Amino acid sequence: MEPAIRAEGLYKRYGDHEALRGVDVTVPAGEVFGVLGPNGAGKTTTVRILSTLLVPDGGQAFVSGHDVVRDPRAVRRAIGLAGQYAAVDEKLTGRENLRLIGTLYRMGRRTAKARADELLERFSLRDAANRVVKTYSGGMRRRLDLAVSIIAEPAVMFLDEPTTGLDLTSRLALWEMIREQVARGATVLLTTQYLEEADQLADRIAVIDGGRVIAEGTPDELKAKVGGEQLEVTVAHHRDVPAVTALLGRLVVAPPTTSADGLTVSVPLHDGFGGVADAAAALRPLGAAVTDFGTRRPSLDDVFLALTGTTATPERTTP
Amino acid sequence: MTTITSTPLVPVAPPALAGAASDTAALFARHVRHIARTPEKLLGVTLMPVAYVVIFGVLFGAAIALPGGSSYGEYLMAGIFTQTMLSTVSSTALGVADDLGNGLVDRFRSLPMSQGAVLLARTASNLVLSLVSITVMALVGLLIGWRVSAGAAAALGAVGLLLLFGFAMSWLGALIGLVVRGAEAISAVAFLIVMPLTFLSNAFIPLNGLPAWLRAVCEWNPISSVVAACRELFGNPAPAGDSFPAAHPIPMAVALTLAVLLVTAPLAVRAYRSAVAR
Repeated sequence: MEPAIRAEGLYKRYGDHEALRGVDVTVPAGEVFGVLGPNGAGKTTTVRILSTLLVPDGGQAFVSGHDVVRDPRAVRRAIGLAGQYAAVDEKLTGRENLRLIGTLYRMGRRTAKARADELLERFSLRDAANRVVKTYSGGMRRRLDLAVSIIAEPAVMFLDEPTTGLDLTSRLALWEMIREQVARGATVLLTTQYLEEADQLADRIAVIDGGRVIAEGTPDELKAKVGGEQLEVTVAHHRDVPAVTALLGRLVVAPPTTSADGLTVSVPLHDGFGGVADAAAALRPLGAAVTDFGTRRPSLDDVFLALTGTTATPERTTP
Repeated sequence: MTTITSTPLVPVAPPALAGAASDTAALFARHVRHIARTPEKLLGVTLMPVAYVVIFGVLFGAAIALPGGSSYGEYLMAGIFTQTMLSTVSSTALGVADDLGNGLVDRFRSLPMSQGAVLLARTASNLVLSLVSITVMALVGLLIGWRVSAGAAAALGAVGLLLLFGFAMSWLGALIGLVVRGAEAISAVAFLIVMPLTFLSNAFIPLNGLPAWLRAVCEWNPISSVVAACRELFGNPAPAGDSFPAAHPIPMAVALTLAVLLVTAPLAVRAYRSAVAR
């Protein structure tokens, strides 16, 4: 069966800058595919090409079986797009925004009206339905944006960093709404900077960096590459670091690592809570001034550290 | 697993003129709501021109005498009407750039809708604002002594020409907005276009006293043709010229305005079709 999204060798350049350097993506129908990467990795460019907004300089892509360059209108009939900035009209009300886009999908005035009411209800925007969007909170705007993008029940959805900048409650609510779309049978391609988000939502993840896919797999496969939870111990004085390192090194199999400032020692945590208790008990008689002690889940930085040997800071130059 | 292979809510009928018309109508309604919800915008397009009518018409009109002794205030009205239509360049450019910047253009471009509808709805809705401006200015002009003396049909023709010119300037603005994008840069570019066009024309000054070369430049300026055509259609004083554009203001005004429209509209739609937010 034809996959919902199939892209081969996507290449795009802006002047001297190569935004995409041969991206391959295949997403079977009904799957949630996460594209994970730092700012400037090429996530948005990929989404824009797949959603017919940009024409690639090389490679080809098919969405719902239609060529994004040769038959953009057929692609547009099948997709919904929610971008990074909540692309809704601030001077219209929530209801007017939904009806406008419904009408532009050519679903007919009556259907557009009914779908708008249905979505306002489902996205908890009924009370705000007749207020202009300018008065909405960030979370409400994103919910409306997502509602607008699914008004035509698209078979394929592109969500470009749908939760960036949102608080935890809004993020959880949005995740729930994305899961509902998957349950109805939609294929979802979502980009994110957060490993946790990809982990929560995606069946498969592609890690993208410098315009290339540098790793692909299920969340579990990726995490296996990165390692699990880390225990981090931060001390006040450099003189205590060697003792702490030696002590933690005895508790685990992998060698401990030390942070850039030399004050934080990290070890992979294999035994969960037991490991934390052992470490705390072992540290106590040492008498070192411990300023911070805790566990940390692997972050995007850890993924990049494991895959490329560098961290995913935005200004990072690609090797 | 998949229960949907195509989207039943979206018709698969090929794009037709009817579809484009319905898209344009929906987006036109959007802009009309904007106008109703931004009273400051309505004030902008009415108060400014009214201020011009009063300041130029009353103050300068009293101080300046035209060759032949006709009223400078009456002479000015067509110039102020035309200048107000020129101001649509920057307002359209800013509106288009705003839609582009906040991602709305991305959204519209990802929809199976007519690609020309977004710009057409905006430029067409500007006609509403232009008509409001013209009406208010005309009323104030009539109050301070401006008269229409070539008949109602000709006066309506002048209004029609002004709207057509405003429509063309709106498309020029759309093109500038899509290409230039930044609000400050747009203001600068619009100023650089509008100012020389306005002042190197017969909008505010009779051209008789100018050196021959400068006079030729001014006479061939499309603004001069539009202004002169309006003067003729309103029956306001207009020193005759013997150059081709000065002698045939109405056909020249229509032809030049249509030429601007035929160049800028396709270019603007083309720019729109590849525009994405940054």
